[in-house]
Amino acid sequence: MKEWLDGVIAGSALLQGAPREITYFLAMVFFSLLAVGWMAILALSFVWMERKISARIQSRLGPVYCGGKFGWAQTVADALKLLMKEDLIPRSADRLLFTVAPVIVFLSTLLTFAAIPFGDNLIIANLDIGIFFILAISSLAVIGIIMGGWASNNKWSLYGGMRAASQMISYEIPVALSLIGVIMYSGSLNLLEIGRAQAGGFWHWNLFRSPFLFLGGFVYFTAAIAEANRTPFDLPEAESELVSGFNTEYSGMKFALFFLAEFANLFVISAIASVMFLGAWHSFLPWQILPGPIWFLMKAFSLVVVIMWMRWTLPRLRVDQLMQVCWKYLIPISLVLLVGLGTQMWVFSGR
Amino acid sequence: MAQDMKPIAQDLHTEEMLISMGPQHPSTHGVLRLELTTDGEVVRNVRPFIGYLHRCFEKHAEKVGFTGVIPYTDRMDYLAAMNNNHGYVITVEKLLGLEVPERGEYIRVIMAELQRIASHLAAFGTFANDLGAVTPLLYAFREREKIMDIFEMACGARLTYNYYRIGGLSGDLTPEMLAAVRSFLDYFEPKLKEYDDLLSYNKIFIERTAGVGVIPLAMAANYGITGPNLRASGTSWDIRRNDPYSIYDRLEFDIPTGRGLKGEVGDCWDRYMVRMWEMRECVRILRQCLAQIPEGEYINPKTPKAIRPPKGEVYVRVENPRGELGYYLVSDGKPNLYRLKVRSPCFTQLGVLPAITDGVMLADLVAIVGSLDIVLGEVDR
Repeated sequence: MKEWLDGVIAGSALLQGAPREITYFLAMVFFSLLAVGWMAILALSFVWMERKISARIQSRLGPVYCGGKFGWAQTVADALKLLMKEDLIPRSADRLLFTVAPVIVFLSTLLTFAAIPFGDNLIIANLDIGIFFILAISSLAVIGIIMGGWASNNKWSLYGGMRAASQMISYEIPVALSLIGVIMYSGSLNLLEIGRAQAGGFWHWNLFRSPFLFLGGFVYFTAAIAEANRTPFDLPEAESELVSGFNTEYSGMKFALFFLAEFANLFVISAIASVMFLGAWHSFLPWQILPGPIWFLMKAFSLVVVIMWMRWTLPRLRVDQLMQVCWKYLIPISLVLLVGLGTQMWVFSGR
Repeated sequence: MAQDMKPIAQDLHTEEMLISMGPQHPSTHGVLRLELTTDGEVVRNVRPFIGYLHRCFEKHAEKVGFTGVIPYTDRMDYLAAMNNNHGYVITVEKLLGLEVPERGEYIRVIMAELQRIASHLAAFGTFANDLGAVTPLLYAFREREKIMDIFEMACGARLTYNYYRIGGLSGDLTPEMLAAVRSFLDYFEPKLKEYDDLLSYNKIFIERTAGVGVIPLAMAANYGITGPNLRASGTSWDIRRNDPYSIYDRLEFDIPTGRGLKGEVGDCWDRYMVRMWEMRECVRILRQCLAQIPEGEYINPKTPKAIRPPKGEVYVRVENPRGELGYYLVSDGKPNLYRLKVRSPCFTQLGVLPAITDGVMLADLVAIVGSLDIVLGEVDR
């Protein structure tokens, strides 16, 4: 990034005259705004997609009027409505924590966008520890959710916060363990390099390179859905049990931040799955027919559709069953897969 | 030093939390309030509070004349208004000694069984919704909508019908309406299989419901539970068979009972599944009725204009979708009835809630309330 920026500066007479620090700062602001805008667009389109998909699954129409055709402007209208709504803070709430909580959740999701490669070299921050950064930052969200649940001073919200804490922290372990397999196999934490190593047809994708990675991909996908609090693991916001869980007391823009973060999170987990397991921006054939970013978005969007499909089909697990799935099944399975993968690499590649 | 070495468990003392579930809560099926004492996710104590929907039904009934009570019965169990009508008109007819023409009886049974399907569909959908699966609710209401359309054709109303009259019905069913019932049955029967595929045998659904909230047969009998909830506990008690009214003694149908296929007899899954099986039986009954329905009068032409039953008292019970609905009617020979007491199946079923929710998880409590399938309009009346 810095090198690229230096190259741009060297090539432009205008920028050469300006102080280097200011240019860096402006570039930083520009790219953060780009990320925010991109995230907002993605989240809004996902909300619209979810409405349409759920409507079709349930033999309804979904939004049809707003924006002329297909109700495409429905979520934009909803976002505007949320912006203009009164920003309520319950009298007995902890004002500071109540306000900070949605920001933390939103930021933790937003920051992960910096390290997601949308194509070869199309990345905001090419970190050597890209995947590690994403895991670390996205686990900050749980702090925001507990804060929100606690600060609302509502017993149902507190339940939501408690459930979120136990669930998200538990499921981080299988997520990390299943990703470690890919990291071992690729020998890198850099998402660009992991992506580049999967070029040349779908049999080069990590998912199909080893039976252990194949199963690991499913473990990751399941655990990631649980970490993102989606059905069948949406216990922190189980509306039929906890009314709406940790975000019961939120309204207006604060609620919108939670909402945006949830849908952006959908994209993040699908994007990571695409990069780590599904060949990133490469086509499934040895020839790259379409540009890389399009392949990448197609993969990520299909995974998002799968997640939505599951949400509108399955019932919800119970708390103890949720923990059982994690500690009794996913974690042991991913550990066994790791050992298997290590053995495979030692036997076949001698690493 | 020794003081510092207290058992850890003492430091980890957790407070019990008193929490009010309802009256505004998505899963209490109306305005039920449950006062829960919880220890984390575990429910230690449940106290149901009712009365938020009390509308003095029984007192009103004393002021409006015998026919005027019928619309009030609609509003008790609003998901089974036809069945409520049915029970009440039978009560008055028994006191009057009034015969109902053959065709009238058939139409009554057709309507009652359609209503039973509609009611079980609502139970199925809301139960799935309680467990976090939203889609079955929409499917159930899509089918229920068709039944509502048939009712609308028959009497103009979609929820509170006021269709039954003392001595018969307020209107006849035309051949088009009977054809609509027939085409609904053809449409509906394959859907039941779809529901089973979507929900009944879903792994997560079974995990959530099997072995949860078990009501043993003895407990069910002690608490006076009736209807599908009693049959789920393993006995085949059904008023339509054990104390037949109307023309049910002429119709062939099985009475499904809970067999504990996935967990124990009388668990949430059994209660749910008995309703699913009962819908199949309803379809069978309806097909027989459609085949046998005779031509003729739909209301007894000898029904008096002013209904004034003789002095006396009578108790009639009918099989509602939610259990045994009883009407105890006392008449003192005046144009208004003297006293009407309703034996509500939902009210008695709600009573068992504290007994089966000891030490369950919060999510199980939601499943148990959903599987009991109560309608607060009837609990409070």
